[in-house]
Amino acid sequence: MKLHLKIWRQKNREDQGRLVDYTLDNVNTHMSFLEMLDTLNDELIRKNEEPVEFDHDCREGICGQCGVVINGIAHGPLKNTTTCQLHMREFKDNETIYIEPFRAAGFPIKKDLKVDRTAFDRIISAGGYVSVNTGQAPEANSIPISHEIAESAFDAAACIGCGACVATCKNGSAALFTSAKISQFAQLPQGKIERNARVLKMLHQMDAEDFGHCSNTEACEVECPQGISVLNIARMNYEYNRSRFLKSKK
Amino acid sequence: MKLNAKIPHGPLEEKWSNYKKNARLVNPANRKKLDVIVIGTGLAGASVAASLGEMGYNVKSFCFQDSPRRAHSVAAQGGVNAAKNYKNDGDSIYRMFVDTLKGGDFRAREANVYRLAECSVNLIDQAVAQGVPFGREYGGYLNNRSFGGVQVSRTFYARGQTGQQLLLGTYQALMRQVDKKTVQLFASHEMLDLVVIDGRARGVIVRNLETGAIERHAAHAVVLATGGFGKIYYLSTLAMGCNGSAIWRAYKKGAYFASPSWTQIHPTSLPQSGDYQSKLTLMSESLRNDGRIWVPKNLDEQRIANDIPEQERDYYLERRYPAFGNLAPRDISSRAAKERIDAGYGVGALKNAVYLDFSKAIKEQGQNKIAEKYGNLFTMYEKITGINAYKEPMMISPAAHFSMGGLWVDYELMTTIPGLFALGEANFADHGANRLGANSLLQASVDGYFIAPYTIANYLADQIKEGKISTNHEAFDKAEAESKLKLDQLLQIKGNQTVDYYHKKLGKLLYDYCGLARNKEGLEFAIEAINKLRDEFYKNVNVTGASDRMNAELEKAGRVADYFEIGVLMCYDALTRNESCGAHFREEFQTPDGEAERNDTDFQFISAWEWPGSLDKEPILNKEILTFEFVQPTIRSYK
Repeated sequence: MKLHLKIWRQKNREDQGRLVDYTLDNVNTHMSFLEMLDTLNDELIRKNEEPVEFDHDCREGICGQCGVVINGIAHGPLKNTTTCQLHMREFKDNETIYIEPFRAAGFPIKKDLKVDRTAFDRIISAGGYVSVNTGQAPEANSIPISHEIAESAFDAAACIGCGACVATCKNGSAALFTSAKISQFAQLPQGKIERNARVLKMLHQMDAEDFGHCSNTEACEVECPQGISVLNIARMNYEYNRSRFLKSKK
Repeated sequence: MKLNAKIPHGPLEEKWSNYKKNARLVNPANRKKLDVIVIGTGLAGASVAASLGEMGYNVKSFCFQDSPRRAHSVAAQGGVNAAKNYKNDGDSIYRMFVDTLKGGDFRAREANVYRLAECSVNLIDQAVAQGVPFGREYGGYLNNRSFGGVQVSRTFYARGQTGQQLLLGTYQALMRQVDKKTVQLFASHEMLDLVVIDGRARGVIVRNLETGAIERHAAHAVVLATGGFGKIYYLSTLAMGCNGSAIWRAYKKGAYFASPSWTQIHPTSLPQSGDYQSKLTLMSESLRNDGRIWVPKNLDEQRIANDIPEQERDYYLERRYPAFGNLAPRDISSRAAKERIDAGYGVGALKNAVYLDFSKAIKEQGQNKIAEKYGNLFTMYEKITGINAYKEPMMISPAAHFSMGGLWVDYELMTTIPGLFALGEANFADHGANRLGANSLLQASVDGYFIAPYTIANYLADQIKEGKISTNHEAFDKAEAESKLKLDQLLQIKGNQTVDYYHKKLGKLLYDYCGLARNKEGLEFAIEAINKLRDEFYKNVNVTGASDRMNAELEKAGRVADYFEIGVLMCYDALTRNESCGAHFREEFQTPDGEAERNDTDFQFISAWEWPGSLDKEPILNKEILTFEFVQPTIRSYK
């Protein structure tokens, strides 16, 4: 099929950036979206033009590296799907597709469609872990966890850190990402001891990274490739209020 | 050089504790004076960086991805093995040791494999303490399942995302150290070269992939935990960025490269559907617990799978390997699929797949139970193929997956360059000629959490007298200049073919002549053809852009340039091994019924290749003879 692409090109962090038109004539419907971009890049290199830079690595929906905004939707039209798992059968012949980077104050654009998501790493390093030293952990079955709790913690832990939640949020909020980690550990016995300190430190870091506030539009859940629930945000808010309360009682 | 594996004396079960008992220590006050560089942030890299940082060493951690959390360990699905015997089905460290040794076709070191099984128990403890949400029984205790190549349930799993959850556990441990400033993190950095001073690894040259800046970093020890190079086949289950460049450049600085031809072909990948395709997606091997593999009995079968009656289906794994059936090890299952596909019984548009059928399991257990176990895999399958596998069988096909080969390391995981360590898939150890399912996450983690922290400390104990290592040494000048030259050389060719074009051609050559099956004639042809393709690449590739900025094409070009050289070494290695074992199936050496014929008399050794100093010379073969004190090699039968 034939496609008209309007792709965001931006040389570096300082460049203003603009949409550039491209046309692809022979797109196979079984291609993934990224393979379609590979095809475009192949053509550009043959014309001695610089290819479009885009983030990707595992191409099986789990590393969280890929992610562009397609026709205004983070990761494109399919529900619960990363860009690499989106296939061209979802598009029509002669369609015009707008391809832009994830946009948010917390995610500066590096080049073309690549954005800087290191803010997520800093949110994790602020407290998104269990403080256990390596090498001397207690016997695993000495900490029984009910099936339901383990599964519920898993639902939160499944976040791949792609940043679609931020890109799709009108406030550029990282609440879904942050709350998923807080929620995973708040439920598990291993993480409980640090729950008060964790939520305060992670939320403080989230604010410091220029992410906006959550105003409960729930757009993040809609675009999340892993279907992470906004109930995690509710849990995060509960954890935050709880920790503030406990703090003020001291 | 005579290879010394440094295996500790004593009974098998006491070797590792004896080693630890006698290993030298570094005074806590001195640790912050010692610098360690770790390349790679997968399970092996992040866990060793976190562990060493926690112990007080000064650690610099590098990865080419934008975040350590994206290392390819993230993609492993099925599980991680541990000899916990929670199921009371007769598992033990010894049994896991025997299974792994046997699974690797007796081409691994006994002492290493025993240690792997021994430490497996601690890994589960470690991961659970970190909050990794493993599958649980309703009573709250950990659950297990069984995996290919074994008859006990020793695989721990976190749905179909075990790799992701284990990696997040170790990534969080790493980020905790980054916050404490014991580890400095350099994401979006690629290692270009290793710096060796007076025969010891003393640092690296890296390129900042965002700015293009070339940087020098010095240390008392360098750890390569860079994963495997299976992406050399172009189509593989690996992430696009997986590469062999760091270990290859270390090889050219004097580290021996062991068993490069042993690349595992995984049996349960999605089949190739067209030329545009960039990768083959892996479906977890755990699916084989409930899925039955078959092809039609009739050549030219035209009916859709569901219309083919039971008696006209050939469940070839159950037929050929009744004891293990659909759980036969990966090399056996892959080859059996290839055998049926080559014989014309393949299914799908390109006749290059076999069926993986869940209808019996769904009938017996109900769709909900199957969805709970593998739901995300079924969803992924539908996204890629558009087919609902609850209603009709999946189609699967073998694909290049895991490198058993890598840098040669001794028992301490140190390469032939003192001070250079290789961990996880980047080394050759533990798996022999074939890796059993659910052992890759295990080996990477165990190397990083439990082994290297002791052995690196043992090495560093006498390094304190060296003082700070300077990056002003002429070895840094030279390595930096060579790295820059290489980048400029690639940019100046300005030909008219893309990097991917060459990568695909190379991959096809390797798949056809050094893939699931090899023979002498084909390997000799491939060596010549790869060298010719390499010459053409250096005349005719077009790398756009410049080196002083972000440039993904330049990154790819550097990796493919190395792949040409690795590919030739793979063929040499396969050519010298006149036997069939594990992932290496030499057509000349097979039994009348098509099974691999191993030759223990002549080939019970590890091939450790030495860089001859120039590409015009043939690589030099060194042998580490394997001795089996505790388990006598037997013919590997899964019948």
